[in-house]
Amino acid sequence: MPFSTYLAKCPGRDEADEEVLLAQLDEVLADYKDVPGALIPVLQITQAIFGYLPETALKKIALALDKPYSEVAGVVGFYSYFTTVPRGKHLVRVCLGTACYVRGGKEVLAALKELLRIEVGETSSDRMFSLDVGRCFGACGLAPVIMIDDDVHQRVRPGQLPKILERYRSGSTSDDNGNGESDK
Amino acid sequence: MSDELLPHGHPTRAPASQRGRTAEVLEHAKTLGKEITATIDGREITVPLGTTILEAARKLGIRIPTLCYHEDLCLAGVCRICVVEIEGQRTLQASCSYPITAPIKVSTHTAKVRRARRHILDLMLANHYGECYACSRNGNCELQALAEEYGVDYFRFGRMERPKYEIDMSSHALVRDMNKCVLCRRCVRTCIDLQEVGVLEAIDRGSHIKIATFGDKPLADVVCISCGQCINRCPTGALRANDNTDEVWEAIDDPTKHVVIQTAPSPRAGIGECFGLPPGVPMTFQMNTALRYCGFDRVFDTNFAADLTIIEEGTELLKRLHKALTGEEADGNENARTGPLPQFTSCSPGWIKFAEHFYPDFLDHVSTCKSPQQMFGALLKTFYAEKAGIDPKNIVTVALMPCSAKKFECNRPEMCASGYKDVDYGLTTRELAKMIHEAGVDLPNMPKSDFDDPFGTATGSGVIFGTTGGVMESAIRTVVELVTGKKIENLFDHADVMPVRGFEGIRYAELPIAEIGSVPDIVSHLFKDWKWLTGATLKVAVAHGTANAKRVMEDIKSGGKLSECHFIEFMACPGGCLGGGGQPIPTSPEIRAARAKAIYDEDRAYSVRKSHENPALLQVYADYLTDGPCGHRSHALLHTHYTPRGKYIA
Repeated sequence: MPFSTYLAKCPGRDEADEEVLLAQLDEVLADYKDVPGALIPVLQITQAIFGYLPETALKKIALALDKPYSEVAGVVGFYSYFTTVPRGKHLVRVCLGTACYVRGGKEVLAALKELLRIEVGETSSDRMFSLDVGRCFGACGLAPVIMIDDDVHQRVRPGQLPKILERYRSGSTSDDNGNGESDK
Repeated sequence: MSDELLPHGHPTRAPASQRGRTAEVLEHAKTLGKEITATIDGREITVPLGTTILEAARKLGIRIPTLCYHEDLCLAGVCRICVVEIEGQRTLQASCSYPITAPIKVSTHTAKVRRARRHILDLMLANHYGECYACSRNGNCELQALAEEYGVDYFRFGRMERPKYEIDMSSHALVRDMNKCVLCRRCVRTCIDLQEVGVLEAIDRGSHIKIATFGDKPLADVVCISCGQCINRCPTGALRANDNTDEVWEAIDDPTKHVVIQTAPSPRAGIGECFGLPPGVPMTFQMNTALRYCGFDRVFDTNFAADLTIIEEGTELLKRLHKALTGEEADGNENARTGPLPQFTSCSPGWIKFAEHFYPDFLDHVSTCKSPQQMFGALLKTFYAEKAGIDPKNIVTVALMPCSAKKFECNRPEMCASGYKDVDYGLTTRELAKMIHEAGVDLPNMPKSDFDDPFGTATGSGVIFGTTGGVMESAIRTVVELVTGKKIENLFDHADVMPVRGFEGIRYAELPIAEIGSVPDIVSHLFKDWKWLTGATLKVAVAHGTANAKRVMEDIKSGGKLSECHFIEFMACPGGCLGGGGQPIPTSPEIRAARAKAIYDEDRAYSVRKSHENPALLQVYADYLTDGPCGHRSHALLHTHYTPRGKYIA
């Protein structure tokens, strides 16, 4: 089966049972185990299936492709595309470009870390939010800016964050046109 | 050996990166000719096309500093300390990985080169935590030597004030201290290319990069076979053996303890290197004196146990052969569960752990004999304790080994035949050298002295256990003589079994057994008659380095020619024990060859060169192991069992 078909078929980050997902991985591995250079495509597909690369999946891949664990881990570590941390339902990215940085992006980031009790690159324990930083989203006039999934939130102050996050947590974000809070 | 025996057609290990290079060179050779003349520091040299600048410079006697480069490993070109200037090129080039394919003009120490090297060094030192005087590699560190060579007298880019990583002390054999790592990746290449185990890998990128195991797990929880080859190639103190000298000193200083040491054959051939001697100067009898100066109560020769191994393992082989050829158990006992052929040797603890991890389905092929170290330990706390009238709980057995995996082996829970640990501490050659230095003893100038009784001096067969092919050679000397009644000298000049010697990765030999002679007492009770063996051809193979072991195992798995072998010797380390992970650093093919020569010379010098002629050994069978080789007592003391461990999970 061609690689693109696999990616299209992958369920993505839904709530499927890990057993089911591992069974899907077995199918992929059966197709790829004798293909030269299969490691990276298999990792991409696996990440699409699970939403991240769990250790159990990496072990399965190493065994099926007859590669040492460490080699698989080395490839996963090298490409920033791959993540071994489960991704939350929503990705929160804080802009730390020059404009956002001087207008308080750093304080926003600190507040987010505190609210979600995670560091950059981690996922909150309820798996709702992952936290990341970016270098300029091209919205310097609206600084400081954060993005949650595809929504841009402008002129964010730390005090507004609990309310913003709560709207995503409760799933009531679709009716505000994705533009989040304005600075009232 | 011919290529057909090998699944991949590579008689010796050629890392993938170097196989590629050869093909590229041949392509160029069509248009450019086979040789090329380059100029290095104004001196012309003609070399085969594709020779690297580094190799060419070495031929001219020009020294270019290296760090990630190692003769045993494929090229990496990551450390950049070997940069040189090539006329007409804007940037400096790494000489270790620059093949000469044009008549280039190279300068190896221009101002630009020196400045760059100093910068590279300063950057490495900025990320290197630790004080030289509190480091196991003090005086034997390649980074320290480079810093001296380039006149480093301050930290231009600052230095690490506190350690960044926790030291991994989980393994009995190895300690990893990544704070001292310079990211040369020699350990990675050793593990994955040379040994084909693949425990270590560079993880992450840029300033976050580090050498780690899968999931950064402790070494004890991954498939590390404890061979220690990475230690021998680490330029700094980032990898070292788990040092037991403090515990051994403590035992020596305790008047209630009777501390005995057994010394393996390889450390004698290597320890001189720690005292400024060239490789290959044997120190056997000087070391005996030095050990007594250090305070050991008795000094024994592990070779005695090597001879014992030959008798036990040879007997086991005969039983397996009998079962394979006749379909019956040796003594008619249906419950004997004699293992299948080929029989694998069990002396190398690195190989044992490798087999437990990667070939758990083949563990019944591995001889049940303990390694010589463990056999000796068991005998010391039983037979010797009885004879000397010492309570085994007061005996501390120390083993001097060329090996880091021996430290793992002596801590295996099943190795407690007397109710106490068979071997309390395994010391590496390097650790003993340190103890001898600490005791103020000048080893090379010590008077010579002999080993202690009741085990005496062993035979030449025991000595050659230290080199690849040695166990097989000893086994052949003994089994052939016992069975045919003919002197082995009739088959091989001076009893040197040349077909199993050398450093080729995998070696194969056949020995026809034309007739059966009068079988001596020690094994004659095994079978009522020996006719079944007449006309058989004994097929044996030898492999050293786990990459070659893997090749043999894959051949056996696929039913290849090696699956018809009767007996296969496996050694985890390239070159056998003399290249072990506990031997003096550095290591190279030349150093290992010199140590091998020392071992074979010592074998030649022995008057008794066959295990079954060792008088002390025959006495032990007469007095203590009275039901003979592979009898009940020998099974209880000298044999063991193995543990399947998942392929990639410890």
